[in-house]
Amino acid sequence: MVTVKGKAWMFGDSISTDLITPGRYFHLRENLPELAKHVLEDARPEFAANVKKGDVIVAGKNFGLGSSREHAAQVIKLAGVSAILAKSFARIFYRNAINIGIPVLECDTSQIEEGDELEIELEEGIVRNLTKGIELRTSPMPAVMLSILAEGGLIPYIKKHGDLPVGGR
Amino acid sequence: MGMTLAEKILASASGREEVQGGDLVIAQVDVMMAPEGTGPLAIKQMLTLREKPARPERTILFIDHAAPSPTRQTANAHMFLRKFTKESGARLSEVGDGVCHQRIVESYISPGEIYIGADSHSCTVGALGAFGTGMGSTDVGVAMALGKTWLRVPDTFRIEVTGDLPSGVYAKDLMLHVIGRLGADGATYKSLEFGGETIDRLSLSSRLTMCNMAVEAGAKTGLMEPDEKVKRYLAERGRPEKFKRIQPDEDARYEQVIDIDATGLEPLIASPHTVDNVKTIEEMEGTPIQQVFIGTCTNGRVEDLGIAASILKGKKRHPDTRLIVTPASRDVYLEALREGLLETFVEAGASIMGPGCGACMGVHEGVLGDGESCLSTQNRNFRGRMGNPDAFIYLSSPATAAASAIKGEITDPREVI
Repeated sequence: MVTVKGKAWMFGDSISTDLITPGRYFHLRENLPELAKHVLEDARPEFAANVKKGDVIVAGKNFGLGSSREHAAQVIKLAGVSAILAKSFARIFYRNAINIGIPVLECDTSQIEEGDELEIELEEGIVRNLTKGIELRTSPMPAVMLSILAEGGLIPYIKKHGDLPVGGR
Repeated sequence: MGMTLAEKILASASGREEVQGGDLVIAQVDVMMAPEGTGPLAIKQMLTLREKPARPERTILFIDHAAPSPTRQTANAHMFLRKFTKESGARLSEVGDGVCHQRIVESYISPGEIYIGADSHSCTVGALGAFGTGMGSTDVGVAMALGKTWLRVPDTFRIEVTGDLPSGVYAKDLMLHVIGRLGADGATYKSLEFGGETIDRLSLSSRLTMCNMAVEAGAKTGLMEPDEKVKRYLAERGRPEKFKRIQPDEDARYEQVIDIDATGLEPLIASPHTVDNVKTIEEMEGTPIQQVFIGTCTNGRVEDLGIAASILKGKKRHPDTRLIVTPASRDVYLEALREGLLETFVEAGASIMGPGCGACMGVHEGVLGDGESCLSTQNRNFRGRMGNPDAFIYLSSPATAAASAIKGEITDPREVI
C-alpha cells in the first residue's frame, strides 16, 4: 500500500459531522464539489481554501461524531486530504471513511504541530514527523478495514471479490 | 458461554449458534432505510452493484429531514427518491408522513430484526428488541443491493436501572444522566443493553427516547428486552404475529455493568456544544431562551406532547420566547389533534409544524439567529446543528422545555407540575 505525505492541519477534540458538513449546506448534498468548498468551515474557516493535495488532518478524540452523513468523509477526500490521524474516531465516520477509501489512523497526535511535514506508511501504520524528526506508531487497523482500503473502498472491493469482505469467524 | 441481547440477535441474523463480542458476521438485513439527505448517494452506490434493491418491500426511502422542501436543490433530491421508488418498488415515506425512525417503529420493524439506516439515530428501534444501527450511504447502498451487511459483534455495557423516577424526571433525564456518565465516546462500538425494574415500568415511548440516544455515547446500538408492552404495541399496529421474546442469558458476558438508582435523579440539561456536557437544572436555571422546540425522533411522540401540553394548558409562552411543536409522525399528529393537545399548544402561542424532523438539523422550520439560545427536546446540540454556528443549543425533556417556554428561561419543571 502507498505512502502518503503532506502538511498537518491541527483540529481539536469532538469535531462533529455538523462542523465538517454543516446542515445549512444541506441543499448541496448532491453537489459534492460545491459542498467540499465548505468542508470544516465551522471548525477552521481558512481550511477549505488553503488545504493542499496530500495534506493530513490531525485531530484529538472522537473525530467525526454525530450524523451518519457520509458526505463528511466524501468532502474531506475531495478536498485532497490524504489521511486523517486522530486520538480516536467515532464509529460511523470511521467506517464511512474506509468505505470510500480515505485512510483513518488512530495515534497519539500530541507530538504533531500545525504545518509539520508528515509521511505515513499506511500498511505498517508508521507516521514520520519529518519536521520534528520523530516516528509515531498508530494503532493497527483491523484486517477487514485494511482489506477494504487496499481496494480503494467497499464498492471496488465488492466488484473485485464479488461479495462482502468478511465471512466466518 | 451466555449471550447478550446483541449477541443473540446477531447470532440469529447470521445463522450461527453462538457469536461473541468481536466476531465479524454477515447479517441478513430486515429493513434498509435512507432519508433524503443520504438516500440519493446510497441509491447511486447501490446502482453501481445492482439495478434494483434485493428486497424492495423492505427498502424504505424517507422525505423527512427537509420536508416540505426549503430549496430547489432539496426538491430535486426529493424528486430523485420519488422516481427511484416508483421504478424499483422500494417504499417511499412522503412529506408529512413523519421522521424515519418513528415511522419504522410504527410500521416496519419487529423484535429480533436487523435495521440498517443511513441516519445515526437508527438505534431507536432497540426499544422493540431490534438491532438498529446507523451507517453511511455506501454501507446502506450495499445492503440495499445485497440484502445483507457485515457487522462486528459489539461488546455490551449493561445499564441496570432500579427505583422510580421522581416526579418531573423522565426517560430523557435518565438517558442524559447515562450519556453524561459515559461521555460522548464512552461507549464507542458498544451495545448499550438497558434493563432493570425502572426500564420494565417505562412506556414504550420513553424506551424509544433512551435507545434513540445510545449513539450520543458513541454506541453502535441500544437494546431492551421486548416484553408485554412491545407485544401490545405490535398488536395495535396490526402485526401481532411479529412479536418474539428475546432475553439475554443469565450468564451473558458484559464488558461493564452500570447500576443506576433512578430515585436520586433530577431534571438535567445537556449544555452547548456536546451532549455529554450534562448539568443539573439548578446549575442552568435562569438561562434566557429565545426558542423552545418540542419534537423529533427523540421526544416527538404523543406521550411527550401530552406532558408538554399538561404544563402549557391555560398558559402562554413568554413573549420573548417562540415555541415550535413538531409531531414525529402523521399518526402522532392525528392523535394529538384528537386529544386536543394541538389546541393547547396553539392557545399557548406555539407554531405547529407538519410531521418530520423539523428544526432539529438546521435545514428549515426554526434556524437560530446569531447568539440565540434554543432549548430543544432533540438528541444533539453540536455547534451549528440548528443552522447557525453562532447559536447555542440546550437539550431537555419535554416537561422542562414546556416550563421554560412559559418563563422564557431554563426552568425546573417541578415548579409547575
